[in-house]
Amino acid sequence: MLPLDLDALTGCLASSACLVTQTTSGFIIGMLLFLVAVGLTLIFGVLKVVNFSHGAFYMFGAYFAMTAYQVSGSFALAMLCGAAGTALLGLIFERVFMSRVYGSDVLMQLLVCYAFVLIFDDVVRMIWGPEFKSMGMPAAFQVAPLFIAGGVVPPYYLLLIGVALVVAVVLGLGLARTKIGKVIRAAAHNPGMVSALGINTGLIYGGVFALGGMLAGLAGALAAPVRSLTPGMGFSVLIESFIVTVIGGMGSILGALIGAILIGMIRSFGSLGFPLFTEGLMYLFMVIVLVSRPTGLFGKEVA
Amino acid sequence: MTELQAEQGTVVPRIESQSQRSRYRDLLIALVAFAVLAILPMLTGSKALLDFVIRCSAFGLFATSLNLLVGYTGLVSFGHGMFFGLGAYGFGLIMQRTGLPVPIAFVATLVITTLIAAVIGAICVRLKEIYFAFVTLAFQMLIHSTILSWVSLTGGDQGLRGGIPRPAFFGIDLSNHVHLYITSCALLVIGLLLMRQIAQSPFGYTLRMIRDNATRASFVGIDVWRAKLTIFVLAALFASTGGIIMALFVSGAYPEFAYWTISGEAIFINMLGGVTTFLGPMVGTVLLLILNDTVTRLTDYYGIVLGIVILFFAIGLRKGLMDFVVEWYARRGDKAGERG
Repeated sequence: MLPLDLDALTGCLASSACLVTQTTSGFIIGMLLFLVAVGLTLIFGVLKVVNFSHGAFYMFGAYFAMTAYQVSGSFALAMLCGAAGTALLGLIFERVFMSRVYGSDVLMQLLVCYAFVLIFDDVVRMIWGPEFKSMGMPAAFQVAPLFIAGGVVPPYYLLLIGVALVVAVVLGLGLARTKIGKVIRAAAHNPGMVSALGINTGLIYGGVFALGGMLAGLAGALAAPVRSLTPGMGFSVLIESFIVTVIGGMGSILGALIGAILIGMIRSFGSLGFPLFTEGLMYLFMVIVLVSRPTGLFGKEVA
Repeated sequence: MTELQAEQGTVVPRIESQSQRSRYRDLLIALVAFAVLAILPMLTGSKALLDFVIRCSAFGLFATSLNLLVGYTGLVSFGHGMFFGLGAYGFGLIMQRTGLPVPIAFVATLVITTLIAAVIGAICVRLKEIYFAFVTLAFQMLIHSTILSWVSLTGGDQGLRGGIPRPAFFGIDLSNHVHLYITSCALLVIGLLLMRQIAQSPFGYTLRMIRDNATRASFVGIDVWRAKLTIFVLAALFASTGGIIMALFVSGAYPEFAYWTISGEAIFINMLGGVTTFLGPMVGTVLLLILNDTVTRLTDYYGIVLGIVILFFAIGLRKGLMDFVVEWYARRGDKAGERG
């Protein structure tokens, strides 16, 4: 039957050290997923496009950051390169290719994205080679881990969680309070009317796509020191962030955050209790949410 | 009898005789196609060509059955591959574990597929558009994860190994390459003919109506949910048959058969060939397999070449090859008509 290891799970839930370690690792998975998923959800909310190639931006972010770090040795510059490079890529991708298939049906949009998943993976293979790469932890973070209630928390993890939370707050407030946020929400609601009012919707679309790409790239750049880099690395992240957006509700930023944390916890604790069925748990959870609430937990048109 | 009734009286038999005639035509085409495929081994000794046709049969059935959902009913399933995998694993496991005769194992696999498809379909077809796509994808991945983790039954990521026993039945020995080839062709032709019948039946037109306007269909008194569920299960059966052919061909079953990429490939095949004609997916299958075989032989960067081809179809043509051909043909006909 399905392999279960409930002893390991209950044992961990009983010990505070293990609890802290697993919760932190759940948060890390969740926060990286959130950065990818929030871009996905934004692009869907405004452009009504399911960006199937979003994982590729995550991958490029990681590779850009690695190269920038190897050349300059600066961690900050590496993050900047990862984010800015993918933002540019997103802008070009949207303006040159995606904008041509807005009117046509969903299948065409998915196909264009699918084509780019294939192309981008091969481009990375050409430039950086097919083997696993690693960026290495920057010197600034090579310090002793913190011990919280007996659990081990590397300082880099705190930075990661911090960045993701800042992004969540800035995006949420930016969309709700600023003028640009208002225009974006309006464009999501009724693009024809917005463009009739003299606002360049093409620019907004390109901008939102670039922003989404940038966030995925930032996630990739942040993940580069702790994960190994390989062509096709974006794929599992893409599938998981799909689950996150679907659980949270397409188009909802808060939904993406909650969904990402939930999936992070399922992965972290599930790997103890159901070592081989962790992924299955996520899909099962997704099925349950979708069947009971087809629009997701926070499914309303936000952005 | 009022004038209206009288008119209806004459119209209905005409449509019926027409559909009768097109049914005979389909049958004739199927017989000719099968005859051509069947004499192929006598003309050529090329094993590679026969292998190619067997793979076309497996993927052709699978892709055409997806078109029943996508093209005819407007249900964009992202998890259709789960039934392909289910067919391959179901058949392989039954043959390995029980040693039943092939036809019984075949029927048993289809029964299992029906049950699972009915449960999954009952949950999925309630949902609309993109959510339907996501839930089917989730079920696909759920089945894939189950296959990976249920090592004692499925062999986990190694797949079903050790070969699938193929005892002879009715004088057909599936371990003989030509016998396997003929059986695959027969299954393909029969499968396509059945799907064609479904597509051209009143039920098939009901599906088109649901695709175009589900609300109106339900006002006319059609039970939309039931019609969608029925076609979901029927399509699953043909996909499962494709999986069985694949399992027989490779003499095993692998987790990739149930991975989402197999669904992605089927969608791509549909787009490549075109979803507006019945044979579009079949044409797409042949195209994709030829493309696969030649490109992997010529270059390591298979993804780039395939990606550019996809872009050409999606952005350049904006439709499948058969759609393009049909439209071109119609346009040419119009022009000829104008001239004459």
